[in-house]
Amino acid sequence: MKNPTPTSLDRRNFLRITGITGAGLVLGLSATGSGTETVENISAASESFDITAFIQIEKNGHITLFNPKPEMGQGTFQSIPALIAEELEVSLDKVTIQQTGGEKKFGGGQSAGGSSSVRGSYQNLRKVGASAREMLISAAAAQWNVPVSECYASEAKVFHKPSGKNMGYGELAEAASKLEVPKSPVLKDPKDFKILGKKYPRPDVPLKVNGTAKFGIDASVPGMVYASIERCPVFGAKLISFDDAAAKKVKGVIAVETCERNISGQKSEGIAVIAETYWAAVQGRKALSVKWDYQGYENFNSKDYAQQLRDAAKQEGAVQHKQGDFDKVFAEAPVKLEAFYETPVVSHSAIEPMNCLAHWQEGDRLEIWTSTQVPGRIMADLPKMFGLKEENVKIHTMFNGGGFGRRLYPDYVYETIQLAKKIGKPVKALWTREDDTRMGPFRPMTFSAFKGALDADGKAIAFQHKVISPTLDGRKDYDKSKADGTMTEGISEQKYEIEHMKNLYVHHYLHVPVAAWRAVTSTTLAFAHECFIDEMAVKAKKDPLAFRMAMLTKDSDTKTLIQKLKEVSHWDKPLPAGWGRGIAQYEFFAGLGGYVVEVSKKGTGVKIEKVYAVIDLGTVVNPDTVEAQVQGAAVMALTAAVKNGITFEKGQTVQSNYHNNPLIRINEMPKVEVHILANGGPRIKGVGEPGLPAFAPALCNAIFAATGKRIRKLPFDINNIA
Amino acid sequence: MITLTVNGKNYQVDASPDMPLLWAIRDMVGLTGTKFGCGMAQCGACTVHMDGTPVRSCSIPVSVAAGKKITTIEGISDKYAKAIQDAWVELQVPQCGYCQSGQIMSATALLKSKPKPTDADIDAFMQGNLCRCGTYQRIRSAIHRAAELVK
Repeated sequence: MKNPTPTSLDRRNFLRITGITGAGLVLGLSATGSGTETVENISAASESFDITAFIQIEKNGHITLFNPKPEMGQGTFQSIPALIAEELEVSLDKVTIQQTGGEKKFGGGQSAGGSSSVRGSYQNLRKVGASAREMLISAAAAQWNVPVSECYASEAKVFHKPSGKNMGYGELAEAASKLEVPKSPVLKDPKDFKILGKKYPRPDVPLKVNGTAKFGIDASVPGMVYASIERCPVFGAKLISFDDAAAKKVKGVIAVETCERNISGQKSEGIAVIAETYWAAVQGRKALSVKWDYQGYENFNSKDYAQQLRDAAKQEGAVQHKQGDFDKVFAEAPVKLEAFYETPVVSHSAIEPMNCLAHWQEGDRLEIWTSTQVPGRIMADLPKMFGLKEENVKIHTMFNGGGFGRRLYPDYVYETIQLAKKIGKPVKALWTREDDTRMGPFRPMTFSAFKGALDADGKAIAFQHKVISPTLDGRKDYDKSKADGTMTEGISEQKYEIEHMKNLYVHHYLHVPVAAWRAVTSTTLAFAHECFIDEMAVKAKKDPLAFRMAMLTKDSDTKTLIQKLKEVSHWDKPLPAGWGRGIAQYEFFAGLGGYVVEVSKKGTGVKIEKVYAVIDLGTVVNPDTVEAQVQGAAVMALTAAVKNGITFEKGQTVQSNYHNNPLIRINEMPKVEVHILANGGPRIKGVGEPGLPAFAPALCNAIFAATGKRIRKLPFDINNIA
Repeated sequence: MITLTVNGKNYQVDASPDMPLLWAIRDMVGLTGTKFGCGMAQCGACTVHMDGTPVRSCSIPVSVAAGKKITTIEGISDKYAKAIQDAWVELQVPQCGYCQSGQIMSATALLKSKPKPTDADIDAFMQGNLCRCGTYQRIRSAIHRAAELVK
């Protein structure tokens, strides 16, 4: 199995080289499904015709599958090619998997984010594989002069059932490539699946245990130089001037150039020290003397900003969702409660720091190597940003050393391309951990104000979740009459049947770059939402799980999920003294997940004893990957709940590295038992993110059950529950 | 010029004495399996063996490493390393994989010093290696599995 670094093949080379090795089947499928593409009209590469080419079969039998979804640990290097391989009847360990680089022929979905890779590709890529299989079978049947119905495909061969004769795909590829692509290929019956739905080993794993997997940081080309970029620690500042005399005296430093960073609506200037080695670039950078104009932002701090959010909560806000008559019912309700929840800013902290290698070549050609979640977006941006023609751009989508949403933003890529252009040499720009921690973009804080009402029997009758936050696009001129969908995600999608509801949004500007973070706003809103539901249950004197079930009279995936949680966690079995258990679930755009967490009192804090997770997928492609993703999501959620996160003082990020922006370590990792619901259902749900949102509220609800202490503000000290 | 012995081979590197060993290994020797994560011995992604002991190569000046036997992920080959790598594949430990070279270098050293580590031993020894993907549960299981495989 090869690394996902394609060799330098552009579209034309790709076809030419295929020709050299003896031609073969290059399957193109129209995204519009008209289904008449052959190798000839693929090579015509009509601009208006969206053609993709995910399978390459060479005459010698070698098969390459192209993967449009960047691999960042979520398993797309297996789960996506598996969709094609299953239908094509080839074994995944006998093919080469190659990451796509934003090329038009692979269509518009060349990105990984929003837990969308499998759910967005499940039908289409299976059809790609099934079409090729049918074409290969037809080619064999024609050659043998037998009916297609007497032939079948298996292990990259076509067999003639009655006679037992067979031919390899390599021998059939050329003839198959001349056939029409079937309009509606027959997909396999899931009961015949050999790869999908199975615990199938990931082909990138062997590369990741012997050091041969290539990440963006590992790319190199001859003549490459290194850049380290100084940016103003105060967000919103402007560059006045800099003195690079001392920097240029550092041995190995060859140039100092400025570049512009543009992220989340915020533009800022950086000063790059470029040197023969990375270490020299870093030393040179330390020798820079820079004057910044702080633009009045030097007094910005988290404490004041948090107070501004609390003050902003007094505004009515824009209506995000309304049903029944909340105001009247709440005013007249016999039992009501209110609460306010707060969450911190957090960093993505992927262990591979941001980096890119950019190489401008003759004739305005550009080649880049980078760890990114969005090769498609980069390809779309480059023509307008740098006046490049798409066919002159080659993007090598490398393994991502963690994404978590950070690598949806290619600011670091465009800085590097600017620098490489300025100095006329291939440049590898690499962020320090301090850059990564201080510069953002960050998950913003969101605050939540709740109102809830119960009738005399303890039934929930009115509910309000008001979100107070900035927006991810960093817009200062936000239209306050509108509720931002991303910042309120999921708050009106929960299946709880509460008759009167009015959910609201209040915008408050933040000039610091902010971004999507794994599970986006559901990571903060679920904590607040599901803890408040728990508060209502307590007020109603009901068991928290039973209280939820009472609001789920209609059948739903949420109801099934909670029933499953009840069963796997043995919810009704009494716990030892000093223990408590909590439940939470959250449904949002990416999918649906839930937890039961058990904690025990330990000194002034609590110990997490057991974690039961249920994720609802509808259909599962690789249960082993799903288990790993949910366990990982729990760890990430725990870090965001109990570690200090990011704070600002004097206009700057206080934290700088893992010592003061810590992550959960192995000794703090609870055991997480994962259960997967994959009983079919109307839609396939995502994997990477839904394991995250419900963890913190389940934990905090368990802490309440064990200690009587209600946690309404993250982060908190798990060893000292105040 | 400084002479480094990496995976049994000698390399002449033109590095300033204070350059961390990590950058000499990655950018000069050209072995990229050893990763950069933090630069201050907080994450363990850069873990290599120096005379058999796991060290954070981001915080060891290259001058200190001269004359010592350096082993990187590309050079580990004894029965402990083999068992760890096999267990890592069997239990599908890596997610993004970026920290895993460091995890494996630490885990190999643990197994060598304690052929049958308990969970507590693992937690104590592996604490220095961060994994943002959260593969810790599988790391624990894989170390136990490797201990069986060595037998």
